[in-house]
Amino acid sequence: MAKEFLEGNFAMAEASVRAGVEAYFGYPITPQTEILEWMSHRMPELNRAFLQAESEVAAINMVYGAACTGARVMSSSSSPGVSLMMEGLSYIAGTEVPVVLIDVVRGGPGLGNIAPSQGDYNQLVHGGGHGDYHPIVLAPASVQEAIDLTVLAFDLAEKYRNICIVMADGSIGQMMEPAELPEMHPLRTTTPDWAVDGCLDRPQRILTSILIDPTLEEIYNHKILDTWYRIQQNEIRYKEYYLDDAEYVVIGFGTAGRIALTAVRNARAEGIRVGLFRPISVSPFPFPQLEELVKTTQGILVTEMNTGQMLEDVRMAVKGRVPIEFYARLGGIVPYPDEILGEIRRLVHEPKSPDGDPRHRWMQRLKDGVITLS
Amino acid sequence: MDTYLQTEIQSVYIRPASLSHTPSHYCPGCTHGIAHRLIAEVLDEMDIRESTIGVAPVGCAVFAYNYFDFDWVEAAHGRAPAMATGMKRVLPDRYIFTYQGDGDLASIGMSEIMHVAGRGENITTIFINNAIYGMTGGQMAPTTLPGQKTTSSPSGRDVETMGYPLHMSEVLSKMDGAGYIVRRSLHDPKNIRLAKKAIRTAFEVQKRGLGFSMVELLSTCPTNWGMTAHEALAWLQEHMIPVYPIEDYKISSALEGFKA
Repeated sequence: MAKEFLEGNFAMAEASVRAGVEAYFGYPITPQTEILEWMSHRMPELNRAFLQAESEVAAINMVYGAACTGARVMSSSSSPGVSLMMEGLSYIAGTEVPVVLIDVVRGGPGLGNIAPSQGDYNQLVHGGGHGDYHPIVLAPASVQEAIDLTVLAFDLAEKYRNICIVMADGSIGQMMEPAELPEMHPLRTTTPDWAVDGCLDRPQRILTSILIDPTLEEIYNHKILDTWYRIQQNEIRYKEYYLDDAEYVVIGFGTAGRIALTAVRNARAEGIRVGLFRPISVSPFPFPQLEELVKTTQGILVTEMNTGQMLEDVRMAVKGRVPIEFYARLGGIVPYPDEILGEIRRLVHEPKSPDGDPRHRWMQRLKDGVITLS
Repeated sequence: MDTYLQTEIQSVYIRPASLSHTPSHYCPGCTHGIAHRLIAEVLDEMDIRESTIGVAPVGCAVFAYNYFDFDWVEAAHGRAPAMATGMKRVLPDRYIFTYQGDGDLASIGMSEIMHVAGRGENITTIFINNAIYGMTGGQMAPTTLPGQKTTSSPSGRDVETMGYPLHMSEVLSKMDGAGYIVRRSLHDPKNIRLAKKAIRTAFEVQKRGLGFSMVELLSTCPTNWGMTAHEALAWLQEHMIPVYPIEDYKISSALEGFKA
């Protein structure tokens, strides 16, 4: 396929179609509505299921029902809508059915705004729904990566019978850039041996998330934890830039990581030996890779478009062995590369210590006027 | 030869193939068992057991799937119609039905049931209305009668502060997408037979693709009503039917001539 000039939301929608999605259920919410709109004509055109649900609550439960039949199925939404889906996601996790969800994250909390944000990291990576479960969460930093990760999401969801979420943000969803869509995959021809599709010539099947006997629920929790360990072992994805001789490392995912790359290149031009580590799977988080990085790094700068939700995971990996600094823009503001470049310079040239809380130091710099927000 | 041994044994009452051999967990006198059996008899008679999928609710019928011998899924509280929609859209040739109580359908799941009817989703809903929350121990339901005492309306449902009972069949029958909406009762043999005919008709509506079909079944909860089984049946007849009349609220004209 040739490269085309594609909008992120459209690209993720069409990538899902070509990955063989059989049913889409969703509800309009900015900044991801183009996915729903594209699916509204594309899916019927291919004789596949599309339905605009009455709410995100209904949409995720329609997804749940369709997934129970063994169909390749998805929804998409943005932060407040994803909050509403958390009940359904927990039930889906409690039933081990594969589901793909795209979250085009926007500024919050509450109604917030419709600008790009990374504020859903904790909601998606560390919980959201009740009970113990772990979705796979993939964070693209370009339209091309959004396409590739959307296709991958369906395969991972089915391989592990797990929720797989593509966590984009408003800028990935809305921006246009050259990218290449995959070939059209054929639709599945087999039905999984757990699917509920009518008991013709076989015993009854039941898909449920209720295990009223705690002994059985404990066994189930162990089972999905084992699955999670397999996912941790096999499905960590990340990208490294200029790390071979790097003395300093910037860590950022998605759009923040992409902007940090420009800052890193500019810092390199100034002679600073700095590289970028960009987690692509933020769940499973690349803990082993950070463990290696710590050995060769003099300082780490974490940059996010939230108040340091991934920072906590980085701190857990680093365990105080290397100084960490933090820089963020919030509420739907996207940082400029120069803001991050300034923080790289500070990291290199100012005295640093592995002690203390990087978030507190960042807030103090803001209060002291050391950082001025543009 | 002994004439006794020559007597042919006739089956006059057998377990429908759609029911499983499972001892019931329902309380003595509860009408869930009757509703279950009626559904199973209808599926057997239509020979659709192997192409039917049930969607179980949250409530006393949360384990309904244990009593049937065909495929089931278990929904979140109130979300059975949405789950059924997802299944029907990818498996349009299967029979999909939800089995929901009054808290599930008329309280937490109000949005989902209204929209499934509004869309004319080609599924069937069996709505068990016993005017109380059973599984959580007898709290006020949206269908609790005015003045009815429950554990969360201990002085009786005061309509000034707790609102009025919801009449779901009446409301849903106003939806253009509804093909068949009737209320029946399970308090005596005659009404049980009528209830079975209604369930048969509801599945016929789904078979013919005539839109959303629902049979509301007035049911008893002797345990949480604080009555014997017999008292509960009498209470249903005396108090529930005046509030919830046994009527046909909507019957698709395309059903003309159909006899259940």
